[in-house]
Amino acid sequence: MKFILLFVTLFGISHLTLAQDDLLAEMEQQEKVTNDFILGTFHGTRMINGHTVETKHRKSLEFIITHRFGTLNSGGYNLWGLDNSSIRLGLEYGITDRLGVGMGRSSFDKTFDYYLKYKLLRQSKSIPFTITALGTASFQASLREKFPTLTTSEKMSYVTQVLIARKFSSKVSFQLAPAYLYRSTVNQDTAVNNLLSLGMGGRVKVTRSMAIVAEYYLRLNEHDATPFNDSIGLGIEFETGGHVFQLVFTNSLGMAERSFMAESFGDYFEGDIHFGFNITRTFQLSGKK
Amino acid sequence: MKGFLLILVWSLIVFDGLGQRYIVEKSTVNFFSDATIEDISAENTKANSIINTQAGDIAFSIAMREFQFEKKLMQEHFNEKYLESEKFPKATFSGKMIGFDQASKGIQQVRATGRLTIHGVTANVDIPGAIEVQTTKLVLKSRFIVKLADYNIKIPQLMWQNIAEQVEVTLNFTYQPQ
Repeated sequence: MKFILLFVTLFGISHLTLAQDDLLAEMEQQEKVTNDFILGTFHGTRMINGHTVETKHRKSLEFIITHRFGTLNSGGYNLWGLDNSSIRLGLEYGITDRLGVGMGRSSFDKTFDYYLKYKLLRQSKSIPFTITALGTASFQASLREKFPTLTTSEKMSYVTQVLIARKFSSKVSFQLAPAYLYRSTVNQDTAVNNLLSLGMGGRVKVTRSMAIVAEYYLRLNEHDATPFNDSIGLGIEFETGGHVFQLVFTNSLGMAERSFMAESFGDYFEGDIHFGFNITRTFQLSGKK
Repeated sequence: MKGFLLILVWSLIVFDGLGQRYIVEKSTVNFFSDATIEDISAENTKANSIINTQAGDIAFSIAMREFQFEKKLMQEHFNEKYLESEKFPKATFSGKMIGFDQASKGIQQVRATGRLTIHGVTANVDIPGAIEVQTTKLVLKSRFIVKLADYNIKIPQLMWQNIAEQVEVTLNFTYQPQ
């Protein structure tokens, strides 16, 4: 009898002393983690020339200015390329946190591009990758100078791309991005209409706001007589509040998909490298959740 | 029979010491930081808390990812760069409530002393608050300052950054008996 009383008393007391930690442990059990998907696989929506898996948040608008100078090996007379420049002005808008729409206009080949981007999967504890689908359509207006008889549809090119990325740690993220490019009009002696390529890229953060990025697009079935090279890019990026700044070195002068995926004429290893920058500014168009 | 009754009574006395427990029914956690370029504020309505009135224990747990900012990009940076929410998903507090008298009506000033953990760093804190005993419910309000440096939350030195060195946290918890 006394034993039972003692037991009940002790049990009660021990329960009391444990109570504080119990409360936290108890809440821990009740709580379900609802959104554990990974944030910030990449700082921006562009790796260097190509897209990343990132889309804009709902109702936010990104203004993107991308700029490529002439080649570094063009000599002091051309101020190592700074005399020449190619620019793309673009806008990207988040319709939802996953669905984005964008457009841009590049001075190179006077190209207009339009795209839709959708985040199919978001990396989380149970999902190993973020996967985004991208569809673009571009119109190369400059073709009319050489080929005045071409119709609008003959000046179009289209890209379907699947971007697959994994954030391995807070510092390291990689991406694979197979792409299918259809060009309505090409020189049949040196290029194919249906080009498959494999984009790959990654980022390594040096500090919380600064990272090194690299990107490579391998063309898989281009014509043997192609005068062009695979696109290579290296860059440093800084993320500060609503801006992302990237300083890049690439052999691609054009920034629309067709231009860099298939028609990069510079040879990186011969010094045909364009210095350039990508600058983005994000505006939140409407507040409140 | 007598023995059984004795145990029953004794048990009631001892276990009554476990006290009455109240759990959160509605919660709002706000933080506000007043900075040169831009004020920063966010709201979280998914916090969890328990009070054991008899023992005077209180604990709360706040999921960092549930803080809603007006600017979603800021929310992403808050989680990804500053609070590292993937590594440290919650802020927690557990401690003792001092100066609480469940029998008294009206608003009473109380303090809670205990351990506050944010960003994986635990500090001993003393938080002031006001608590009101309503018919069956408890309403707790508290406002305190969190210095980012105390919790190893880095304040960026770059231009254009707009994070202040300290933030004001406001808690509004309504509890019901469990």
